[in-house]
Amino acid sequence: MPLKDFYEDKRFVQSRIVVIRVAAILVFLSLLAGLWNLQILQRGYYKELAEKNQIRSITLVAPRGKILDRNGKIIVDNRPSFTLSLMREHLSSIESSVNLLASGLNLEVDFLKSQVEKHRHQPSYLPIVIKEDLTAGDLAFIESHRLEFPGLDVIRQPRRFYREGQLAAHLLGYVGEISEKQLETEEFRYCKAGDFIGKAGVERVYNRILTGVDGERRVMVDSRGREVAVLDSVEPVPGNDLRLTIDLDIQRAAENGFGEKGGAAVSLDPRSGEILSLVSRPAFDPNSFSSRISKKEWVDLINDPRKPMQNRAIQSRFPPGSVFKIIMTIAGLQEGILKPGYTDFCSGSTVMYGRSFACHKKGGHGTVDLHKAIINSCNVFFYHLGQKLGIDKIAYWAQSMGLGQKTGVDLPSEDTGLIPSPEWKRRVQKADWYAGETISVAIGQGYVSLTLIQTARAFGGFGVGGVFKTPHVVSTEELKKWGQTPNFSTEKQFKVDEQTFQIVSQGLWGVVNEWGTGRKAAVPGFDVGGKTGTAQVVSREAQKAAVGEKKAEYEDNAWFVGYAPIHSAQIAAAVFVEHGGHGGESSAPIIHDMFQVFYDKNNKPGSPPLQISMKQEGNSSGVH
Amino acid sequence: MFGKTALYAKDFDWFIFLLALAIAVIGVVEIHSATQYDRAENFYVKQIYRILIGLFLMVLVMSIDYHALAENVPYLYAAAVLSLLAVLLFGKRVSGSKSWISLGGFFELQPSELVKVVVVIALARYLCEIRTEYLTSAEVVKASAVAGLPILLVMLQPDLGSAMTFVPILMVGLFLGGLRPKWIAGAAILGVLAVGAGWYNLKAYQKERIYTFLEPERDPQGHGYHSIQSKIAVGSGGFWGKGVGKGSQTRLGFLPERHTDFIFSVVGEELGFAGAVTILLLYLLIIGRSIQIAQTARDKLGIYLTMGAVSVLLFHILENIGMVVGIMPITGIPLPLLSYGGSSVMATFMLLGLIINVRMRRYVN
Repeated sequence: MPLKDFYEDKRFVQSRIVVIRVAAILVFLSLLAGLWNLQILQRGYYKELAEKNQIRSITLVAPRGKILDRNGKIIVDNRPSFTLSLMREHLSSIESSVNLLASGLNLEVDFLKSQVEKHRHQPSYLPIVIKEDLTAGDLAFIESHRLEFPGLDVIRQPRRFYREGQLAAHLLGYVGEISEKQLETEEFRYCKAGDFIGKAGVERVYNRILTGVDGERRVMVDSRGREVAVLDSVEPVPGNDLRLTIDLDIQRAAENGFGEKGGAAVSLDPRSGEILSLVSRPAFDPNSFSSRISKKEWVDLINDPRKPMQNRAIQSRFPPGSVFKIIMTIAGLQEGILKPGYTDFCSGSTVMYGRSFACHKKGGHGTVDLHKAIINSCNVFFYHLGQKLGIDKIAYWAQSMGLGQKTGVDLPSEDTGLIPSPEWKRRVQKADWYAGETISVAIGQGYVSLTLIQTARAFGGFGVGGVFKTPHVVSTEELKKWGQTPNFSTEKQFKVDEQTFQIVSQGLWGVVNEWGTGRKAAVPGFDVGGKTGTAQVVSREAQKAAVGEKKAEYEDNAWFVGYAPIHSAQIAAAVFVEHGGHGGESSAPIIHDMFQVFYDKNNKPGSPPLQISMKQEGNSSGVH
Repeated sequence: MFGKTALYAKDFDWFIFLLALAIAVIGVVEIHSATQYDRAENFYVKQIYRILIGLFLMVLVMSIDYHALAENVPYLYAAAVLSLLAVLLFGKRVSGSKSWISLGGFFELQPSELVKVVVVIALARYLCEIRTEYLTSAEVVKASAVAGLPILLVMLQPDLGSAMTFVPILMVGLFLGGLRPKWIAGAAILGVLAVGAGWYNLKAYQKERIYTFLEPERDPQGHGYHSIQSKIAVGSGGFWGKGVGKGSQTRLGFLPERHTDFIFSVVGEELGFAGAVTILLLYLLIIGRSIQIAQTARDKLGIYLTMGAVSVLLFHILENIGMVVGIMPITGIPLPLLSYGGSSVMATFMLLGLIINVRMRRYVN
């Protein structure tokens, strides 16, 4: 049957279309009536309902996990604090009386405005933070002005609390509001503007472990901001508590030892790489970051000439001075240059490559064997040794001990230090290596510079026979507990000859326990060995000429690096005191304080006895 | 069959086209407003693409002589039934119903929307071949079967709301096709009885929806929530509205499904009575123009096609806006051209394509 072009009578159908037309008009009229009813007749009623009808979403901030020391003592905690926030739909009520609010809360008007501006593009059900850490006065002001500022809300929030103030500040780090840049990154995908995250130190590195899951309470509130009903509530899940390898008592002993001086100290257990204390001075108080820090405070901290934000234990490099002589000794022994019976003569200076190199003892040390050279820190002896070794061998052995490179410690922005080599000088300085530069390196001066942490690791690693563990502040077991795997790619190892070990450890022991320069590091019953180092800040002439304030500033920087017990290290440490004068005077006592605490703890009645007395092997090595 | 297309093109109905485009553009603006704080997706951009696809389909549908479409409807009908079976077998379950099918992972289709276009054509084809003034009972049963099979398959998903939208096609078709007055009276009585009987077969959530339609305040946080919040949104819009992007109900997340089924609540809140009535007027002009086209159509096939399309559009408008203003129960069906959703936009433009098709070929030559 064709569908097209035939006659058909459409009049009946067309008559019924009219009925549909009428029906369609009725449909539209009824919809119009519905709209009229709601939007014209009842608009007042519904406007009031919409006004009342306001859901507030209150973020229940999850407390971050506590940070504990190795014995479970709490170092970082949370305390309750009150935050004032503003609901966006009440913005107009604030904008018109911003001056009253600012003066009532002791805020700058500009700060208040910028705070509002910053959060303008967030969903409006998220409140804008106006002021944190409200004082009792603030709370009273808000209570008495409730009607003028209907959108203000006081929220109780946990706040990071560093119980020990400045203690271990660089190690622990601090928390702060997430930056806009960080918000864009994959790492912080779970965050929203206004969240607090770890910004430095342990807080930064282990942010994910410490961070909990925020909860949320959605409540219906009326136009005055009073809660009418709770719609739903998800409780926050606190972050995990993180146990560090730090020993709070050793840390405290080290911190106290510095007094007002600047510098840094690291102590670690070389058998595992666990860091026992990490000090950097001057420090800052991480509590000041726990609320939104004001711009001025921040600028002050950054511009402080004493650089309190710098973690000197891992982010700074210093010329090691005489400390480097131990590296030289190890290289000389391992290379077979320092043989039994090797002696040298110190007349107070020596001429090499047409230039005179002085010893620190003007009259000279006379005939010196290796033991005497270490204890007296004889420069001439090591000048000659440096010449015999050459810069490449020095660099090889220094690097074998992890010097001049990152240790891989689980803290941010570690520095590499520098072990110079001709290759390095060509690459970086675009110049040839001068033989005389090797001589400076031999006594830890010239280009060579080390970080505290790599020096402590090098000495400790030697003290356990040549295994250089990656230093860390969170133990492997603790990391596994939170599902993370540690990265030990920087671990190093080399075979220390028995003879090398005996000779060097006896030398280090002698520095502390014989007539050496490090007597103040000695701990009775605990065979401490170590080496002092002094690095000039200015020339000797300028130092002598200086008076008054300058005198202190021109004082030498003082090193002391050591470990104990000497036959098999359990603790190793490096201490650096800025303008401390001689290492034996200012740095050695800090080593002593740390080692004393460690020794006392490990020799408590009931604990397994330590082998503390060094095996006396007399002159068996024959190098004296 | 494309031969005379160019000839007909000068009769293209710019009136309906521009009205539809105006509504779609307002829809994009309001979808953007409703989802501006959604960081995850750019709904309004997606909607623009869908409108472009819809326009393409509209041109395609109007280019093919509607007689040819009707001639080939058995194939279309078979494909439609197969697609509904495919949904039942492989469909994606969204809030309890299997209505969606995923095409290659990036495009999701709701076949029941597109099947409506096929049912309109199929029913028009069947009815236009009946030459008597009144329908026999056998013809009524056969016509009902044509529409009934897809309805049954959609009900199995189960998507009662979408199934309902097929019923007006059949009702309008039978009415125009010549249902006897006593049948009409009988159907009315039967309808009442069916509602009563159907009540016992409704699922609990369906019953709950009907209860709360009659009295939303009985469960303000549960099933009545949608209705109350929508009425508050629309009512608080007042005469001039709160302005685009400024509806507190919308922004505060009170309105559920605010960019899809409840987009008209957003319009009501932000554009007020003035804006809502303007949109209502745009729809009225499209419907009125379409009925005019039916009156002047060249043959009965053209009439049934146009009126079938009109019945679908009219029912969607009645049900969706009626639900938003609280005079119809809540069902999950979209507002043509305004709601976010690809299948609905595409189906609507295809229906408009059918109507324009009939108008372009209204002269016997």
